[in-house]
Amino acid sequence: MTEPLLTARNIVKRYGRVTAIDHADFDLYPGEILAVIGDNGAGKSSLIKAVSGAVQPDEGEIRLNGKPVSFDSPLAARKAGIETVYQTLALSPALSISDNMFMGREIRRPGIMGKWFGMLDKPAMDKFARDKLSELGLMTIQNISQPVETLSGGQRQGVAVARAAAFGSRVIILDEPTAALGVKESRRVLDLILDVKSRGIPIVLISHNMPHVFEVADRIHIHRLGKRLCVINPKEHTMSDAVAYMTGAKLPDGVAA
Amino acid sequence: MSDAPDPVVERNSSETVASFEHHSRGLLDRVQHFLHRFPTMVPVIVLVLSLIAFGLISPNFFSAFNLSLIMQQVAVVGTLAAAQSLVILTAGIDLSVGAVMVMISVVMGRLSLDLGIPVPIAIVLGMGCGLLTGALNGMLVTRLKLPPFITTLGTWNIFLALNYYLSGRETIRSQTLDAEAPLLKFFGERFNLGGAVLTYGVVLMLIVFIVLWYALNKTAWGRRVYAVGDDPEAAALAGIQTKRVLLSVYMAAGFICALAAWSSIGRVGSVSPTSFFEANLESITAVVIGGISLFGGRGSIMGPLIGALIVGVFNSGLRLAGVDVLWQLFATGWLIIVAVAVDQWIRKISS
Repeated sequence: MTEPLLTARNIVKRYGRVTAIDHADFDLYPGEILAVIGDNGAGKSSLIKAVSGAVQPDEGEIRLNGKPVSFDSPLAARKAGIETVYQTLALSPALSISDNMFMGREIRRPGIMGKWFGMLDKPAMDKFARDKLSELGLMTIQNISQPVETLSGGQRQGVAVARAAAFGSRVIILDEPTAALGVKESRRVLDLILDVKSRGIPIVLISHNMPHVFEVADRIHIHRLGKRLCVINPKEHTMSDAVAYMTGAKLPDGVAA
Repeated sequence: MSDAPDPVVERNSSETVASFEHHSRGLLDRVQHFLHRFPTMVPVIVLVLSLIAFGLISPNFFSAFNLSLIMQQVAVVGTLAAAQSLVILTAGIDLSVGAVMVMISVVMGRLSLDLGIPVPIAIVLGMGCGLLTGALNGMLVTRLKLPPFITTLGTWNIFLALNYYLSGRETIRSQTLDAEAPLLKFFGERFNLGGAVLTYGVVLMLIVFIVLWYALNKTAWGRRVYAVGDDPEAAALAGIQTKRVLLSVYMAAGFICALAAWSSIGRVGSVSPTSFFEANLESITAVVIGGISLFGGRGSIMGPLIGALIVGVFNSGLRLAGVDVLWQLFATGWLIIVAVAVDQWIRKISS
């Protein structure tokens, strides 16, 4: 079997007396879509924050490509090739699509204007943004300099995913990407996820939507009470099984009570 | 649960809804979208209309001399409004700009006259002082996480007190400056430009706005300032070091206040610790009328320049028309309210 790309072992995170992550493990294999599900408060967001650098675990070890890593900020995780699409999307509504895609990693003009006067290379940035959006079939957006707030919810999600796909060289984490979307827009985002996967980039998908999870995931990580309860294959289990494991109504095979 | 409903039904329903909405909106909606894209158009229209109106009322209004006089009158507050704009773009507010400016004019005056420091060096020290005051505001806002309004309300009083202490509440007279430190009055010097009489202070103001326009629109720093003002959490998650951006904004604002201080000495002709007492509020007025949103992240830097000019045009026009000064305030007040109301309306687009 191939080696996991991103692993976490015995992760612990406490907030005062609350233990959000209680010796949790996590494995992501190359090229797969791993869904992370769990009841509200099970600690799945905290776990994901730990691997994406938004939260620093108190104990435990995270390895990327077999090497131990510790991310002190989302920026550090991004530099290592882990991109996260947050539920809030982290887009600046008043700025353009292209500005948003390059936020924090703008391209400067070559030569004196870029070096001494910090001038942005807008044509290059616009072209890159347009290319990335068309690659993902999102070019129903006509104008790349359109402010993000004039886009629909699905299009915004698309821009955020495109941004992650454009820069996420190793792992893309999606936090509830379809939660705020209608049926049609969810469809597009799921297609987008499959499209990103087909480029060989593994995806971590956090979602409450069982049909979506069962449709796209290769494996499902079920989180319960701050730790990984089990990992199931969606082809061998039903949605009601997953929900039963999640809520504790039923125990998966091979897990002791 | 069905995730893929009949595509035909789906398409039909959504299209009829969309076309229905399109009909019901129309012109007003298009105006809203237009202003959303070009928020500076509101002050531009107001400026043009007020120019026409006052031109019709008083024949002298449109003389090159009068128009350039308006420019001279707004030069200092306009420069200060540039500093204020930067802070307001980050959803903050800087109540200390006026006090910083007056204090630094005193610092530059006292350093060159009392301590005998060469004037150019005194000016450089004054500029450094501007950076320091900005750094203090910025540190309080970013490190102690105090609201900018309260922070700068505090520092306003502090700088005002320091201003009285350093000046001994005494004015440095024009003749003294002419004799010992004429360079401090540089921005008050006039030159002729085709019948218009401009001061270097006007030129300074225009340069400040052009440089800021470039920095805000053409550099990564500028995009980050907008992003931090728009949604600081989103900006942080997108990898922006929001505290560093905020600090740089307050320091830049402090520096511009120092430039305004130098300019103000030329405008007043002396170094007076009691001058420009209303400059704080006047700078905010110019920014708001100029269409920069008090909620941050929206508006063009050229707006406040136009905002300052609108106030200047109203003052000059009403005075030429022989109207009591109180109506200038009255008109400015309504302009502020209308400007904020328009901003709220434009913002509705995003929801």
